[in-house]
This record gives sequence, C-alpha cells and structure tokens, in this order.
Amino acid sequence: MADNLKCSNCNKEATVHLTQIVNNKIHKVDLCESCAQKKGVTDPQGFSLADLLSKTALTPDSSEASLVCPNCGLETSDFRRTGRLGCSACFQVFGDLVRPALEDMHVGLTHKGKIPEVALTRQNSQAQLQALKDSLASAIAEEAYEEAAKLRDLIHELEVAVAELEVTEA
Amino acid sequence: MIESLIKSDRAELTQSTRKGSPVVLSTRVRLARNLSDIPFPERATSAQRSDVLSKCADHIGGLKQMKSGAFFDISQLSELEKQVLVERHLISRELCESEQGSGVIINKDQTCSVMINEEDHLRIQFLKTGFNLNSVWKQMDRFDSDLEDLLDVAFSSEFGFLTACPTNLGTGLRASVMMHLPGLVISEQMERVIRAVNQLGITVRGLFGEGSDATGHVFQISNQQTLGESESEIITRLGSVLKTIIDHEVNARFKYLEENRAKLLDKIGRAFGVLQNVHFLSSNEAMNLLSLMRLSVDFNMLPESNRSDVDRLFIECQPGHIQYAAHEGIEPELRDIARADKLREEFSHLPPLNFDKVGESK
Ligand SMILES: [Zn+2]
Ligand SMILES: [Zn+2]
Repeated sequence: MADNLKCSNCNKEATVHLTQIVNNKIHKVDLCESCAQKKGVTDPQGFSLADLLSKTALTPDSSEASLVCPNCGLETSDFRRTGRLGCSACFQVFGDLVRPALEDMHVGLTHKGKIPEVALTRQNSQAQLQALKDSLASAIAEEAYEEAAKLRDLIHELEVAVAELEVTEA
Repeated sequence: MIESLIKSDRAELTQSTRKGSPVVLSTRVRLARNLSDIPFPERATSAQRSDVLSKCADHIGGLKQMKSGAFFDISQLSELEKQVLVERHLISRELCESEQGSGVIINKDQTCSVMINEEDHLRIQFLKTGFNLNSVWKQMDRFDSDLEDLLDVAFSSEFGFLTACPTNLGTGLRASVMMHLPGLVISEQMERVIRAVNQLGITVRGLFGEGSDATGHVFQISNQQTLGESESEIITRLGSVLKTIIDHEVNARFKYLEENRAKLLDKIGRAFGVLQNVHFLSSNEAMNLLSLMRLSVDFNMLPESNRSDVDRLFIECQPGHIQYAAHEGIEPELRDIARADKLREEFSHLPPLNFDKVGESK
C-alpha cells in the first residue's frame, strides 16, 4: 500500500484493516498487530459469525468485495481513504458504500431540488440516437434494407429534435 | 494580469453603493457542478483537464452574465495575484494549489465567478453585498439553467447533482453570509450561538481566524447539508436562522451600550484616534479596529455613507492587497507600515465621531 495507515488505537503502523458496521453505518478501523490482538479480532474464538451479525460486528476488509469503477479506475480502498468519488459512473459502482455515509451528513437521502430537464432530455436523446445508429448498422449488415430505411427516418427525426436542444457552439 | 480587476471602480465587494446592512456584510451562493462524461478533476488526465478547461471557459465566457468578464489560467498567475483573488473571495485556496489545467472566469462587477477544475469541474459563485439570499439565489438559478443548456451536467435522480465529495451531493448548493457580530462576541454569547446553529446543520466559521472570537468579529455562516431539501428550502431555513442571529446581535449591542456606555464609546473613540495616527499596524489589529468603526456607523457616530469605506478597507487591508498595492512582495514589517499609512490617510478624510445621537434609530 502506497501510504501506510496508522493504527486508530495507538498510531503505530496498521496491518489489520477492518470495516465496522454499526447501525448500518460503515466505520473504517485500522489496527496494528498488537491492538488487533487485544481486541480479539485475530482470534477466531473471539470473532464468531454471531459477532459478525451482531450490531457491533467487525467485518474483515478482505470480505468486503473490492470494487473498481470501469470509467475512472477508482477502487474501494481509494474511496475509503479519501471519501471522494472519481466520476459520475462511480455512483453506480460505489452506491452501496455512499448511501450509509449520507445519513449523518444530510437532511435526507434523496435529491429534492432542481432537475436539469434540458440536459437530461438531451442526454437521453443522444443515448437513443446511438442505439438507433447501432441498430441501423446491424440492419445493414444483415441486409434488412426495409428495416434500415425505417431506422434512417427515425434517426433523422431524432437528430432534428436534438439539434433544437443543442445551443450553437460559442 | 489581474490589474484591471483590482483597479475596477465597479467591484461589488469594494465599491458597492447599495445601502449596507448593520449586521450582514455580504451574501454568497455557490453551486458545485460536474460534466457527465469526464472523470472529476482529481481523477481526470491532464488532457481531460485541459479539455474541460477550454470547453467550459468558452461556453461560460459566452453567457450574457459573463459579458466583458475575464478568464485567468491559474498556472499563469503569481502567488500574490492568487492571494488577492482569495482575499476577494473570487477563488478558493484549493484552486490556488491545483495543478495545470485550472482556471477562473470573473464577470465585470465581480459578482460572479466560476472556478474550473477545482474539486469539481465547476464551482459557480454569486456574491452581493448585504443580506440578499433570495435575490442571489435567483441570479444563480438563472445562470445555472442557462449553463445546463450548453453542457451535459452529471445528475442522478437519487443523488441529485453528482459531486466528488458526498457532502455536496443533491443540490450542490452552499449559501453563506458574512456577518459582523461584535455584540455577540463582546457579550460572550458567540459560543452558545455556534453550538445552537450547528444543531440545525449550519456552520459558523471565523472569516479571519478560527473560533468564537474571530478577528474583526466577522463570521461566515453557511448551510452544511445539500441533499434531501430543495434549494428554496435550504435558502429559507438558512435565512430564518440568520434573521434570528441578526435579532440577537442587535439586542446584544443595545444591551451592551446601555450597560457599558462609557466603556464602549471609549473603545470606539480610541480606535478612531488610533486609525488617524497609526504608523505601524498588523492585519489582525486592523480588522479589530475596523470592526469598531463599522459599529460606530451602526451607532450613528459616523455617517452611513462611510459604511462602504469601512467594508472596502476590511478587504484592502489584507496582506495580499497591501503587497499588491505596493507593487511587490514586501516583508511583513513593511506591510504593517504600508497598512498604517493607508488607514491613516483614509481616516484623515472622515468627519469627527459624533457622540450626540449614539444608538438612536436612523
Ligand atoms: Zn495499535
Ligand atoms: Zn469512477
């Protein structure tokens, strides 16, 4: 690991990394060897499955699936360390890690404010347009020319609509 | 590079002619926005950062609100120029630290600035003197809607506007008001106020220095939460808390004046004397003296027309501004002399303090 994490108990270098879930909220705990021993987290007797399911269960880091964002490369450990997301796609990948953190942070858990209608419509039409173009390509490849002609008309209509949403480049 | 900006005679924060407010110096609203298809600045490649910078600078520079605005590439600015922009609240310290590919666009009267590639692709800010939450938000809302027509912003129906830090999710809105609270500080109520508003999800920070007895008695008070409430709910909630603070502050001032009249007038009188004769003055002491001068306007000891001078001097006596005016990076000791010279000059033009109508309603 590039930067050594410090034991949250005594400040020595941490070698045991745990994720503690209390009341559905995720808390990260890093411990050094000796503190981990004292707390019994390395002792299989003191760390039963029952404990894992109880409200103060400690979940070893290794059991937490390490996720990676396909768009920006952010990993679970990056998010844990910095508390920052790397791109829009991260919210799909790390959503289940973000949600519990929001409870203490905000008034509510879902957006109640402004919605960027124009931008969303434009993004949706663009996605739709791409899908139609893909279908057109395969229709042509399959020599389904009647289908291709229909798709071409649809694409044209949508392109006109999209053009109206686009503002001319400055 | 920032010469024309500093010399401008139309800058909102330093040249406002609008009627001032006894407690609120200025109102700011900022929005965090990101483009949907490019990683956030921290995870973007330098090529992606430059793309975002030039694309956003073009689009935003073309908006009508930005007419005759100025664009600055942060890497092209000197340390001192950056410090001056920070002191004017036009850019953040974080933007100053940023690597290649960050910039800011500032409109002509310096009421609007858009930082590009700070923690998020865009940090948009509107600023106005006085207590103006609703009108500043309206301006911001319009600007944001215009921008949305030009750029694909990152948005999800669940999390709202997507931001690098989860603390800004939802509306991405932070509204903050700069308040002058000498009454609450002197009567030792500030700590209680801070604790009470914290419970309501509202943050209080000293503008110059931290803690409950911030230098110059100027505090920045803002909403902490951005998700789960609409923009207007956030603005309304913050506004009602601020109104309560204003009431408490005004009461504290008059109570203190009633109980400690001689002591308070002496303090203000001495401060005025110092400002007219000072030859060596630290930034902290200047802020505290100016705080008393702002109070003297509120108490009718100086004409209302001098309020904007005092507010301007709060900014112009900051270390960056003092050095910038001296055309070089001067040592702290020379700065303290330059600051004293400036204030002595400014205060030599003021009428003597009028003690006849202290505290009467205007
Ligand atoms: Zn330890
Ligand atoms: Zn990502």
